[in-house]
Amino acid sequence: AMEEVCAKFVSQKISKTRWRPLPAAALHPPDVFATGSWDNEDNRISIWSVGDLGNAGVNGEYQGEPQLLCDIRHNGDVMDMQFLDQERIVVASSTGTVTVFRHHQNNQTLSANHRWEKAHYHVDQDTSCGGAACTGVVCNNPEIVTVGEDGRINLFRADQKDAVRTIDNADSSTLHAVTFLRTTEILTVNSIGQLKIWDLRQQRNEPSQIFSLTGDRVPLHCVDRHPNQQHIVATGGQDGMLSIWDIRQGTIPVSLLNAHEAEMWEVHFHPSNPDHLFTCSEDGSLWHWDTSTDVSEKPSFLHQGGRSTAYFSHNTINQSVISAWLSNDPTKDRMEITNLIPNQTLSVNSLDILGPCLVYGTDAEAIYVNRQLFA
Amino acid sequence: KDQDIYIQTLRKLFNESHGIFIGLQRSDEELAGKSRRAQLVQVSKNYRSVIRACMEDMHQAAISTRDPALQSQYSTQVSILSAMELIWNLCEILFVEAAAAGPLLLRLLDWVRLHICDVDNMVREVLSSENPSKHELFWNVVDVFVLQGRMDEARHLLSKEASANPTSVNMYKILDDLMKKMPMPSLGNTQTLTEMELKWQHWHEECQRYLQDGTFASNSHMESICKILLGDEDAILEKKELMTTWYHFLVTRLLYSCPTVKPMELRFYAQSSMDLFLGGESSPEPLDTILMAAFEFEMHQVIKECSIALSNWWFVAHLTDLLDHCKLLQSHNLYFGSNMREFLLLEYASGLFSHHSLWQLGVDYFDHCPEYGRVYLELHIERIPLNTEQKALKVLRICEQRQMHEQVRSICKIMAMKALRNNRLGSALSWSIRAKDAAFATLISDRFLKDYCERGCFSDLDLIDNLGPSMLLSDRLTFLGKYREFHRLYGEKRFSEAARLLLMLMTAHIAPCSFWMTLLTDALPLLEQKEVVFSAEQTYELMRCLEDLTAQKSNKQKFQDEDVETTKVEMLRLALARNLARVIVKEGTLEGS
Repeated sequence: AMEEVCAKFVSQKISKTRWRPLPAAALHPPDVFATGSWDNEDNRISIWSVGDLGNAGVNGEYQGEPQLLCDIRHNGDVMDMQFLDQERIVVASSTGTVTVFRHHQNNQTLSANHRWEKAHYHVDQDTSCGGAACTGVVCNNPEIVTVGEDGRINLFRADQKDAVRTIDNADSSTLHAVTFLRTTEILTVNSIGQLKIWDLRQQRNEPSQIFSLTGDRVPLHCVDRHPNQQHIVATGGQDGMLSIWDIRQGTIPVSLLNAHEAEMWEVHFHPSNPDHLFTCSEDGSLWHWDTSTDVSEKPSFLHQGGRSTAYFSHNTINQSVISAWLSNDPTKDRMEITNLIPNQTLSVNSLDILGPCLVYGTDAEAIYVNRQLFA
Repeated sequence: KDQDIYIQTLRKLFNESHGIFIGLQRSDEELAGKSRRAQLVQVSKNYRSVIRACMEDMHQAAISTRDPALQSQYSTQVSILSAMELIWNLCEILFVEAAAAGPLLLRLLDWVRLHICDVDNMVREVLSSENPSKHELFWNVVDVFVLQGRMDEARHLLSKEASANPTSVNMYKILDDLMKKMPMPSLGNTQTLTEMELKWQHWHEECQRYLQDGTFASNSHMESICKILLGDEDAILEKKELMTTWYHFLVTRLLYSCPTVKPMELRFYAQSSMDLFLGGESSPEPLDTILMAAFEFEMHQVIKECSIALSNWWFVAHLTDLLDHCKLLQSHNLYFGSNMREFLLLEYASGLFSHHSLWQLGVDYFDHCPEYGRVYLELHIERIPLNTEQKALKVLRICEQRQMHEQVRSICKIMAMKALRNNRLGSALSWSIRAKDAAFATLISDRFLKDYCERGCFSDLDLIDNLGPSMLLSDRLTFLGKYREFHRLYGEKRFSEAARLLLMLMTAHIAPCSFWMTLLTDALPLLEQKEVVFSAEQTYELMRCLEDLTAQKSNKQKFQDEDVETTKVEMLRLALARNLARVIVKEGTLEGS
């Protein structure tokens, strides 16, 4: 319900929000998240806590409101961010530097643990070496993969000073995002509308497969892989279009879904409930895409947000085998799409979902937390 | 870090109020009468709650900082914010809600109670003491309650006095009764104004009688309270210290002499209250002038005085916009044609644009300035530094949504040039496609072709092979794509298709003239194939192309390359002739059988 969303104005434009991962045996919902800011002279990485930390805070604040645990200065805009493990978070900067920060929980401080300066750079004809923004980072402890505006792919290991591997000029355009397909393969998306698979075991500096959009080569900004069915990939484009790809077959998307009116910045399959997908956009909206067919499963938090249902074909019979995301025979079943933001203003730059909890951040310098997404 | 708190708090103010502002602009203008008014009052309350939240943050900062200079700075800010909220609240009562006689007094009482906090400590002290009625400040607190019209609380305290002092029980009972019976305006429709006035007159006379009978003569405190109830100015003025401001005095006067005061009558009471209260000892401060202007319903004066007194445009811009939505501001044309609301919003938004991060808020404000908003936006948006591609994309989106085509082209060109300098040809192309900039696409294609000629192979095949419909953006780009396709076809040994493509590139004039020699040279291996690739028709075409080319070249001969060029041309002529011979035979034979 609407009341469950807690807003907090934090005096910095938020570029990234990420839940801290839960330990494997944890039974409680996530209660700590990190944010990164952009467009400030003094950008920050901040760690926040929500939920039952006891009673009202020092100033009698509303119990559900995020409390700042600690923060640290960050050089450059925070372009991407991902937790490496419970204590460490890897941050990609617009200066081309990649930093691993450590969150010390005993005294609630953050420190820079490790830094790869100039992980991404341009070789300028005039100057010798200008920084290029690192646009995406993905982790699979201890491996870290980064991509950037320089079209470069780096593979780091958390404890090693130098990159394990670097693919220079992997792409002639900007790489906007990266994610793991399998433990040894990654997916990248770029600014000429291509989705590429790279096999890191192979020594050659070519992608093993290239997919592209039909029609105009609209830049792709984000990518995510279905948590269980690894052949299903979702990407978001500059025109707000959501594309679903089946990478086992063909080189073009399986379906194109029109939702946002501007750049889609992030797309996330729900990690434990992948019939649900979330996207956020420059147009200020955050969409929840629900293909679950079981009516009782439907989340009842749908409220004043703009709501539209689209007829979307999927096969009801072999639900477990063929995912709801791949269109097959046209049926009567529908996919529900809900805008979770009733009064949208400025861009929603980032979102993260874990369990029943959603966190997102906007250019209106606010963070929002909903800990009862499926109540 | 302390320094940041000031800016941080202001940023919250700006961002939260931006959301309220947008909501107001989008709100339903179709709503009429009461519902619209209720909606506008809610907006006003939202703005005030943001100011108060800001005050609270600033206050926390003031008490937690150890630096005395900062503490005084923060405290000053708290005072300013408090004054802002005071003024806004009064404007809400008088202009937005436009409270009518009756409810007007109740609202003003609330207003005073909310903003006179100097006495709170004293009140707390007395109430929490062991024996309140013995406290030396006891009667002060009772007076405070009476002056603020808090009858129930006054009566409650008095009852403690009565139980402690059996001799004054009679007096107390009468006073208590009077206070209980005092008629108050109601918010609902339970009584008309006339009814209330009658009751009040009756009650007033009763108080008068008791006073004149000397009922309270033995207790000066109670007598003074009775006089206050009767609206005796001197009696009320005696309690100056407890009221602290002239506007408190004003409201108390109204409560006890004219509770059904009409909005338009306020000005007279206000002026006299200020004169009486200040008594010629001190002169009015800016805040006093502003409040006075409000009581006089001089809205433009209020805005003008606030603009002078406050150092930022935030307050006047948002307040004026709200008042404009209440349809209260006449189109007061300033000399350059724009109206007051727009002028203030433009000033405020321009200020936002001077901030490295808050410029995004400014965009929405310009959007709602119909006369000059767009021009201002065009000028300001050009000056935003585009540090990263992401930021450029956001600025671009703003421009595209508003059909600012020139700015779109300009930004894309800047970003494309940057990409080109960094040798990111794919990125450069991506920017050209966004801007539909054919000229730039041609530039990039020429770079690719140049690279090819120098190195003998294509760079960035992933790009050229996947141009898709964007190939059509410029002829050169189309050529590049098709030329690469030719190489691919050749690589796949699809020779006749490759041949057809190659010829088409020249005959359809897709290929630039400078490249024809290269293309013809590419034709050589096809001409030398075992199988005949080019038909007679095609061969004649090729020959014609060659002749066209040499004819042009003979006009401008270079000395150094002459030998190489001549050799090439001769080789081509030979190959073409041989091919022609073979193909005539072949075609003749086929026709025969």
